[in-house]
Amino acid sequence: MITVQNINKSYGQVQALKSLSFNVEEGQLYGLIGPDGAGKTTLFRILTTLLLADSGEATLDGLDVKKDYKKIRKMVGYMPERFSLYMDLTVEENLNFFATVFQTTVEENYHLIHDIYQMLEPFKKRKAGDLSGGMKQKLALSCALIHKPRVLLLDEPTTGVDPVSRKEFWEMLKKLQQGGLTTLVSTPFLDEAELCDEVALVQNGQILKVDTPQNIALAFPHKLWQIKSKSNYKTLKILKEFNQKISAFAFGNVVHLATDLEVNEMMIESYLKNKGVEQIQIQAIQAGIEDVFMDLMQ
Amino acid sequence: MKTFAAFVRKEFKHIFRDRKTLIILFGMPIVMVIMFGFAIRTEISNSRIAILDHAKDAHSQKLKNKISASEYFNVVTELNSEEEIGEIFKRGDVKLVLVFPQDFGKGLVNENHSPIQIIADASDPNTANILSSYLQATFQSYVNEELNLQAPNLNITTRMMYNPENKSVYMFVPGVMTIILMLVSALMTSITVAKEKEIGTMEILLVSPLKPFVIILGKIIPYLVLALIIASTILLLGLYVFNMPMNGSYYLLFAEIFLFVLCALVLGLLISTVANSQQTAMLISMMALMLPSILLSGFIFPISSMPLPLQVISNAIPAKWFIIIIKNIMLKGTGLEAIMFETGVLVFITVLLTLIAIKKFKIRLE
Repeated sequence: MITVQNINKSYGQVQALKSLSFNVEEGQLYGLIGPDGAGKTTLFRILTTLLLADSGEATLDGLDVKKDYKKIRKMVGYMPERFSLYMDLTVEENLNFFATVFQTTVEENYHLIHDIYQMLEPFKKRKAGDLSGGMKQKLALSCALIHKPRVLLLDEPTTGVDPVSRKEFWEMLKKLQQGGLTTLVSTPFLDEAELCDEVALVQNGQILKVDTPQNIALAFPHKLWQIKSKSNYKTLKILKEFNQKISAFAFGNVVHLATDLEVNEMMIESYLKNKGVEQIQIQAIQAGIEDVFMDLMQ
Repeated sequence: MKTFAAFVRKEFKHIFRDRKTLIILFGMPIVMVIMFGFAIRTEISNSRIAILDHAKDAHSQKLKNKISASEYFNVVTELNSEEEIGEIFKRGDVKLVLVFPQDFGKGLVNENHSPIQIIADASDPNTANILSSYLQATFQSYVNEELNLQAPNLNITTRMMYNPENKSVYMFVPGVMTIILMLVSALMTSITVAKEKEIGTMEILLVSPLKPFVIILGKIIPYLVLALIIASTILLLGLYVFNMPMNGSYYLLFAEIFLFVLCALVLGLLISTVANSQQTAMLISMMALMLPSILLSGFIFPISSMPLPLQVISNAIPAKWFIIIIKNIMLKGTGLEAIMFETGVLVFITVLLTLIAIKKFKIRLE
């Protein structure tokens, strides 16, 4: 459905995208995972025909983003990074306006947004500027869906939104996917990656890895330990000095330590005890996507 | 068509929901017209002058009475010696002193020639000039009446056509209208487009099947309506508060206003293709449009007395042509044939700018 091949894009001296390639199958929920400045927004703008790539090709449903931009603009639903709504228009007015712009009516495609819009219904006379972050996000999604797009492109839709709304939002995406909608979504939140069918890890305009979230986690090449102790900060500092460590990161109130495969629990425990760490709990764990990403970024 | 109507409706909502801007938009023209109307005055009335009379004869007395009686002058005091002239000027009590020589009356009768001396405070040169020429005129008319001169010397009469009383209102109403229309049209359109870019809605409008000319027209029409309402307000104020004459056709006047507003709106759009934020749009509109429109249009400073390069530049300023057009219609009551050239220039500028604006309107983000 979406193919991207060797896309390059530079802004002056800065190379935002370096020969980027990936494929999204029809009906997939595809995640672009990467930190701010990885080039995600640039890629979205190229796919939505708002920017032209310096070189390389990209197509949506076989339509070229450069040549067939008019056709693409009719079939794509796009939600830019900032919720692009008219803040001085009401919820209802925003939705009606975008429906008209895309030459349709709210009534005609109401079934598409029914679930989402239901939650907004009580506030339909309220100005978009007075909505909470989560509500704005739902309205922006409704506006992007109202013309029955075949491909949905969401650029960091959950940034600046509370955790509950984030969860609801992903449930909606899952539901839309069941309706057969192809969705490309970018996010800086690694926990959201696990909800995608397939993810591409992006950094500095390059793709580090493409696979299902499960496979990415399974492919973690090191042993991973979760270490709990009295002082997390102190333990982290001590573990960074550990001879066999590959990496050590704080994860909430625990430390994730990646080591060579021959390291065992006893070795770590005795090392820590020697350094005077108290209340040690060590556990070998399965790597998550975040561990993989941290590892790849090194 | 439905899309277009929805777009225009949306623009009107933006305008009417932004109360503060709306108040400024309609308040500013009224305040500006009234301020200009009462503050900028080049005609004089009741100016304070002093008289030093060395002659003290019948003629000087009569002339003094004539001067006091006129609405232009207010004789504050009579001086007794030359020394007092310097003092009274330093105190700033009067703007002008009129001195009669010792043999004023005799000279007037015998030789048809008797000088009077006008001493003016030229630290304010405009006022000094105007006052002294008014006084000379008064003196001349006195001599003519009193001595019944059958033109022994050549007399020059100046008649101020179309503005016999030299009223500055006739100048500033067209001027203020021009500037306000420029401001409302160019500034507001450039800001609304820049605003859409700033909040990111432009991105969505571009990624929609909307055609560029629908977006452009949708932005232009609401402000066209607004500008015409404002133009009518200024016109009403000019006609009824300041008694500006209207000798020409209203249809022609509004057609020309329409043309000028269109020109300014397109200029605004052109600015918005360059500016990415509201601040930039505002600064560019102010610097690149407002100042030239005020300074180089002939509104305040006559173009003929500018150095040649500025005179050449002034031809590219729509405001210059529009002021000429309005004055022709309102004061002289001329028809289209007399202002064909000026109208043609405005049409040319507008068409040229429209072409550039359409060409520069980006279908993508960069």
